[in-house]
Amino acid sequence: MSTLEIKDLHVSIETEQGTKPILKGVSLTINTGETHAIMGPNGSGKSTLASTIAGHPRYTVDSGSITLDGEDVLAMSVDERARAGLFLAMQYPVEVPGVTMTNFLRTAKTALDGEAPSLRHWTKDVKEAMTQLRIDADFAQRNVNEGFSGGEKKRVEILQLELFKPKFAILDETDSGLDVDALKVVSEGVNREHGKGEMGTLLITHYTRILRYIKPDFVHVFVDGRIAEQGGHELADRLEEEGYDRFLVPGTATTGA
Amino acid sequence: MAETSQLSTEIAESPSSEAKVAIDGFTEEGENLSPLNTGTEQHGARRHSHGDEPVVPEASRGERLKSYRLADFAPLTGREEDWRFTPLKRLRGLDSKPLTGQGPTVTVTGASNVQVETVDRTDSRFGSAAVPEDRVSAAAWEAVSTATVVTIPEETVADCEVTVSVRGTDNTVAAQHIIIDARRFSRAVVVLDHHGSAVLAQNVEIVVGDGAELTVVSVQEWDDDAVHVSSQQAKLGRDARFKHVVVSLGGDLVRLTPSSFFTAPGSEVEMYGLYFADAGQHLEQRLLVDHAVPNCKSRVTYKGALQGKDAHTVWVGDVLIRKEAEGTDTYEVNRNLVLTDGARSDSVPNLEIETGLIEGAGHASATGRFDDEHLFYLMARGIDEKTARRLVVRGFLNEVIQQIKVPVLEERLTEAVERELAAGNY
Ligand SMILES: Nc1ncnc2c1ncn2[C@@H]1O[C@H](COP(=O)(O)OP(=O)(O)OP(=O)(O)O)[C@@H](O)[C@H]1O
Ligand SMILES: [Mg+2]
Repeated sequence: MSTLEIKDLHVSIETEQGTKPILKGVSLTINTGETHAIMGPNGSGKSTLASTIAGHPRYTVDSGSITLDGEDVLAMSVDERARAGLFLAMQYPVEVPGVTMTNFLRTAKTALDGEAPSLRHWTKDVKEAMTQLRIDADFAQRNVNEGFSGGEKKRVEILQLELFKPKFAILDETDSGLDVDALKVVSEGVNREHGKGEMGTLLITHYTRILRYIKPDFVHVFVDGRIAEQGGHELADRLEEEGYDRFLVPGTATTGA
Repeated sequence: MAETSQLSTEIAESPSSEAKVAIDGFTEEGENLSPLNTGTEQHGARRHSHGDEPVVPEASRGERLKSYRLADFAPLTGREEDWRFTPLKRLRGLDSKPLTGQGPTVTVTGASNVQVETVDRTDSRFGSAAVPEDRVSAAAWEAVSTATVVTIPEETVADCEVTVSVRGTDNTVAAQHIIIDARRFSRAVVVLDHHGSAVLAQNVEIVVGDGAELTVVSVQEWDDDAVHVSSQQAKLGRDARFKHVVVSLGGDLVRLTPSSFFTAPGSEVEMYGLYFADAGQHLEQRLLVDHAVPNCKSRVTYKGALQGKDAHTVWVGDVLIRKEAEGTDTYEVNRNLVLTDGARSDSVPNLEIETGLIEGAGHASATGRFDDEHLFYLMARGIDEKTARRLVVRGFLNEVIQQIKVPVLEERLTEAVERELAAGNY
């Protein structure tokens, strides 16, 4: 069993107006087999948390710690974190010029495992995973995310999740931009992988609808860079009915909540 | 999304399938979270940057001076429209000194059924395809006493590629003349393979006869100190197919001016280019497609990668659709990938259209930077930085290599690109 532990994390970014604190003391512990949902209004810092765990250079950790089974994650480079077993399904996956999906997936798998996958098994695994996620076979020959629709990009993120088998998956708004069918397909993908019992999941979402398909063990409500409330699955149901309004302190209102 | 991706792009009446930025910074969801992407300047990306010097404007590309006489071209100042990006000092005298050097040795190998000759400059084939359009070309024209002529006889299909090996052995300023004569209904692939060390002004004349199908690949894998200025002009007959490929990898300063002139209807040209500039290298390509007759088609695709301090690439794509050229179908695209700070890429598409009765005409130009977001995405999947960069560059340039369609050459160039990548010190 593995543990991803985030302790009193403070994170800021550099903007044109100067340094802007975004995470203001976040603590969270996820164990293998658990699903945690982080919910919160736009701009509350959900992506910041996800990107900081993955090591995006834009975010500065001012204090606090992130450890994976006791190892200091913050001391690792981005690729080391991935190789240590952290996987971030991005809210906005970038298009990578000139690199085909096939080439990308194989290169990443090789990097993650430290050795090239056996070609026969690998090809079969990729094909199967693509079929299950209803991704057209011709995507394999296309450049990474290039010209993919929003929903296609998200499926491809989950494809990677299934192929790379991380210890912890952080899913940043994987549900946004998906229609109902795609949402089901993608959720099934996450559940398949999670169901193997070897992964912990941190599911970031603005809406509750994905929680109909992926059942969280814990729900954390994120407001203004802090966890404002936590609870079990029932907290999500309350949010569904009440929205985030009761968490919004006047004067710190965020947009579009 | 122009302001959120680190690209500039220019698209005019392009076929919709191609009216697309190849390297897009982000998704159609329209958000770019990275402050690193917002400034174009810091990425070295620029829209049609025009040098800092005042430039003597040119009314129309079609009116540029053409002459066999050096005296007709004034000494270069750097303010001329067609020399404004070139560091003249690094020409090492090609524009000003008598070109009296021995010049690189030329060895032609390959197909057994093509004819190879060295001819005196009184030979009637001198000037059969080209007239110099700049001072260095005219200087070379006057300086040479012989030319190498490769002839693909009428209705002959060359039994394999023809390789014209041009090996430089010294650094004295020299001139050279090569004529490729693809007669009616012939088919051949001719590779001009430049290597070694040289300071060379070169004219390559290419005749593509009626119904002929010719591919000319000019590979510049010079040593680091070489200077190479080459005018490569092709004249196409009726229903001819011409493919011209530039591959510039080595040399201190390489400046190629490939031109395709249509003289009869029904012909097609494809012009490809691939260049990879390292620290300090100046790789320039200025091409011209002259649609002077009806119903011809041209496609131009040039792609360049840059890495290292003061790596500089220039691409100027002049496409001229003259009044007579009804039914023209043309599209040109240039894409550059800047891999490190301190490299500069200039890209200037220039489409002049004198008739409205055309099939299509478009151009696109984009300079993208392999940026932190691309790198982050790949690294977040466990791929180390060096491998990530290679993955991207390889893919980016392969798109052009695949167009060459000469397997041995494709293989060799893939290897050459790998070597360039390996040489980059990230
Ligand atoms: N590059 C940036 N420049 C300025 N502010 C930024 C930048 N990136 C993030 N922020 C700010 O940081 C705060 C947290 O953003 P973050 O993306 O983490 O929120 P989020 O909870 O993921 O929102 P959403 O639900 O919209 O995805 C917001 O106020 C946002 O405006
Ligand atoms: Mg977000």
